[in-house]
Amino acid sequence: MIAVKNLEKHYGKLEILKGIDLEIQKGEVVVVIGPSGSGKSTFLRCLNLLEQPTGGEITFEGESITSRKHDINLTREKMGMVFQQFNLFPHMTVLQNITLAPIKVKKQSQQEAEKFALNLLRTVGLEDKKDAYPNQLSGGQKQRIAIARALAMQPHVMLFDEPTSALDPEMVGEVLEVMKKLAEDGMTMVIVTHEMGFAREVGDRILFMDGGFIVEQGTPAEVFGNPKHARTQDFLSKVL
Amino acid sequence: MNIFSLAYDYRNFFLSGLQYTLLLAVLGVFFGFVLGIAVALLRMSKLRVLRFIATAWVEFLRGTPMLVQLFLIHYGLASFGVEFSAVQSGAITLSINSSAYLAEIFRAGIQGVDRGQVEAARSLGMRQAMTMRHIVLPQALKSVLPAIGNEFITIIKESSIVSFIGVADLMFQSRAVTTITYDGFTPLIVVAVMYFVLTFTMSKLLGRLERRLNTDDRR
Repeated sequence: MIAVKNLEKHYGKLEILKGIDLEIQKGEVVVVIGPSGSGKSTFLRCLNLLEQPTGGEITFEGESITSRKHDINLTREKMGMVFQQFNLFPHMTVLQNITLAPIKVKKQSQQEAEKFALNLLRTVGLEDKKDAYPNQLSGGQKQRIAIARALAMQPHVMLFDEPTSALDPEMVGEVLEVMKKLAEDGMTMVIVTHEMGFAREVGDRILFMDGGFIVEQGTPAEVFGNPKHARTQDFLSKVL
Repeated sequence: MNIFSLAYDYRNFFLSGLQYTLLLAVLGVFFGFVLGIAVALLRMSKLRVLRFIATAWVEFLRGTPMLVQLFLIHYGLASFGVEFSAVQSGAITLSINSSAYLAEIFRAGIQGVDRGQVEAARSLGMRQAMTMRHIVLPQALKSVLPAIGNEFITIIKESSIVSFIGVADLMFQSRAVTTITYDGFTPLIVVAVMYFVLTFTMSKLLGRLERRLNTDDRR
């Protein structure tokens, strides 16, 4: 579904990604772990071109999205993204947050968009918050709304950029629960996270990144149970 | 002469002056606002030429006296065959002058909007213009509302310079009344009070708008 070939990203002389190769299958849940500064967020943000790669190629559903002629906006409609800082629109209600893009981008009718939005709110357990403004919500609630907002575009893949890192510990669970449900429903997901327990439980494949490379990858059992690379062992010994 | 009886006796002068002042202020505020947004967006354009033009626009209009600008438009352009009526010249001067100040205010507001807001909107497939209109501008305008209010008040007051080119605004009428009554003081007090009522109302209205917007999202 997504194929990444020799992806590179540098800011001036500073190299963040030094050649990433990866294929992600439909329905797969890929979890990216690694120390901070290893390039995992940059890698994720390259997938929908929030960061413009400086080298290599990314294809999504058979189309090269890094080619100059490609209209990335069309691809972004099919790639949902959830951010560490939620980034809900503070001047809109929860319902408006969720329906804005479906109405403006997908040209859905307001009725249709709201109906779907209410369904999504039910799945994330926040139906009663539809008329609230983001500032009236807790961090965990904000992130669940942000997930609903991304899902409203009916994306084919969901990208999560450290979705629980800005949350108070007691709110991490509710967000992970929603993500788990999503994974069980067969959503293709790429998740950058520091939640190792979650990675192990939900991930189909774990990528360990360090220094701008994918150092090691495999099933959770392989990577967590029997890490081959010294750097992976070192990292896991510190975080587990 | 008693201030109230003077104001009453010459009410037709003052009220007709008020009409012109209001007309010019409304035009200046409206076109200054629209033009200001356009200039602010140009200043942040990817194209260097557009950025340069917008920057030059802002610097020239901020860096030269409005009276000079008014005379350039009213008398200066006339020598090239471009002639405007006094009211037109006044409206144009107020609009372009306030557009420069408002553009700087808007730019600060736009740049103050969290980058994550743009990223979230773009990640949903919204294009740049759509993101600007639905996500960035509403938040930017809200955050700079007090500064915009100041500029509106300035426009109301500065509109008095149009009396120099013969627009019969409040300031002009105060001098007309002085000529008739030989009273160099009272008519000025009358128009000063009238200007103050205008600006004070404006500032109260904006204060109310600000509070209403704030109930939406207190962060």
